Parts: sequence; structure tokens; C-alpha cells
Amino acid sequence: MRSSPFRVSILSGGLLFASLLAVAAWAGTVPDDVAAGQTAYLNTCGGCHSVDTDRIGPRHRNVVGRAVASVQGYDYSSALKKLGGIWTPDRLDQWLSGTQKMAPGSKMYLELDDATERQLIIAYLQSVSLPAVSKDSRTDSQSKRWRKRP
Amino acid sequence: MNEPKGDRRTFLARAGVATLGVATASLFAGRAMSATVVRPNDVGVIQTALALEHEGIAAYRIAGKSGLLSPGTLKLALVFMGHHQTHRDSLAKLVAAAGGKPVEPRTDAQYIAELKLNSLKSEADVVALATMLERGAASAYIGQITALKEPGLAKLFASISADEAIHWTTLNNAAGTPIPTAAYVFG
Repeated sequence: MRSSPFRVSILSGGLLFASLLAVAAWAGTVPDDVAAGQTAYLNTCGGCHSVDTDRIGPRHRNVVGRAVASVQGYDYSSALKKLGGIWTPDRLDQWLSGTQKMAPGSKMYLELDDATERQLIIAYLQSVSLPAVSKDSRTDSQSKRWRKRP
Repeated sequence: MNEPKGDRRTFLARAGVATLGVATASLFAGRAMSATVVRPNDVGVIQTALALEHEGIAAYRIAGKSGLLSPGTLKLALVFMGHHQTHRDSLAKLVAAAGGKPVEPRTDAQYIAELKLNSLKSEADVVALATMLERGAASAYIGQITALKEPGLAKLFASISADEAIHWTTLNNAAGTPIPTAAYVFG
């Protein structure tokens, strides 16, 4: 039985809508948050970090969903290597609240008390971690994780 | 001598300010060195700050040789680079005094790649990059103050942050960008 063009159209529309919802749920952000987050990011993180290049700190492209201490070629502290796990928004919030509390001996020293500012920065980091943004900077294990994501 | 009195007075006044500035800088540097005991926990913070200064020096040095800067801007860039070199020397001495090995600068090729210096095509591009770096540096110093265990070091970091804030303000004005209306611009 052949599908009617109308049914295909509804199906395609539904898939598109579902995809958009999935992306929105992953990002969990609104454009205003991202714009404000970028400003907060440049102000708070820009001294040491960039999105696409390793500097004093590692690059942040695809940091949300990335394994901790996993950027190839960046010289992480042993403290961060031991931390393990994945950078989720919750863990990033914990990290930005006090890097030395979460991983004593790590290279980064920051205690960001303002919860709103932390959330804005995380919103921005999520925006540069969208699945479609870049596949090149992911590790193999991360690519597998992305494929598992609905 | 035909030099007008007014001009001479101005010159002397400027020279006096310059001399006072040098003396104060030396005094401060000496005070920071002698009065500050670096605790082991603080060495890592200083090393991060030192890496920031290396990066800033490299950015100004490489951009300064690019031929993109007009003479006036180049002069200013060299002044700012001199500030960063002084910061670098103070921080490196503190690390060494604590028995540590001051972090070394990366190669120019690394800085060019990391800061995408090859993509700079105009003086405005250089100013925009320097503005971003200075703003980040001013904030980074403030952010690191709470991690320091030694009040003397906190004072040094606050002073360096103020220098970076001056750089940012000057560059920001040169670019014609309005000052943010909200308070707490850095940190």
C-alpha cells in the first residue's frame, strides 16, 4: 500500500516537530539566554577559554555531553582526569560554583556565586554543543552517545 | 633658550609624574615581592595568571609586528605589552620564590593558532581581539582572588586586574563601543 502525499507530509511535519522538540529539550534554552550567556561567557571565561581552540583552558565546543578531560591534546591536571564522568548542565553548574571544591588541585580557579550567571553561561555552552554543530571535535565514545540519543 | 615657560613647566610636570610613577611601580613591586608569602595552594593560581600574561604579551607582540596598526595604536599596544611584561615578571618571581618553576610561554605558532591571529585583517580586528582578551583577563583576576589564601597576593591580583581594566576601557573607547550600562562590568 502506498502512502498518500498528504500522509507523508503529516509524517514529515511530525518528525520535524519532534526533532525540533528534541533539540529544544537538549538545549533547554531560549535565544535570549544564549545571547546573554555569550556575553557572560566572554566576560567570565574568555580570559582563558575559547569555543574552538585550546588556550589556557580547553576548547568548549561540544563540552555539554563530553567526557570530562577528553579534549585530545590538551594537558589536563590529574585532578580533572580523576574526576571522570560526563559534563552535564548540572555538573557544569557544580563546577562553576567552585572548581576547587569539585576537583581539588585542578588548574582552574573559579567560584561563581551568581546562580543566574552560571545558568546563562551553561545555556551558551549548550548552544555550542548542539549535535549538528560539529562532529569533528567529538571522541568516538561521544559519537556513539550522540547516536544513542533519540 | 627660547623654550616657552609654559611648555617647560608642562614638560617638567609630566616628567615628575613619570618619575613618581616609576618609583611607585618599583615600590609596589618590591612590596609585593617582600611582604607576600606564597602558600603552596596559591602557586597554581599564580601559574594560571602567568599563562594569561604570556598570552597577552604574545598577542600584542605578534599583532604589533603585523603592520596592521597605525603608529598611535602601536605605541599604545607597546605600553600595554609593557604592563603585561611587568605583571609577568612579578608573578614569575613569586612562583620561583615559592620553589616552583614558572610556566613558560608557548610558541608564537601556538599563540597564532589559538588566538586565530592569522585571521586579523585590520586594525579594528586587532583592537577587537585585544578588547576581548583584556576583558577576560580583568575578570579572570577577579575570579581568582577568592581562591588565594594570602591577602598580599589578593592585593596584587586586584592591582593587575585594574591595569587590565584600564586597557579594556581604552580599547573599548577606541573602538567606539559604549560602556555597559549595568554595573559590575568585570568579574
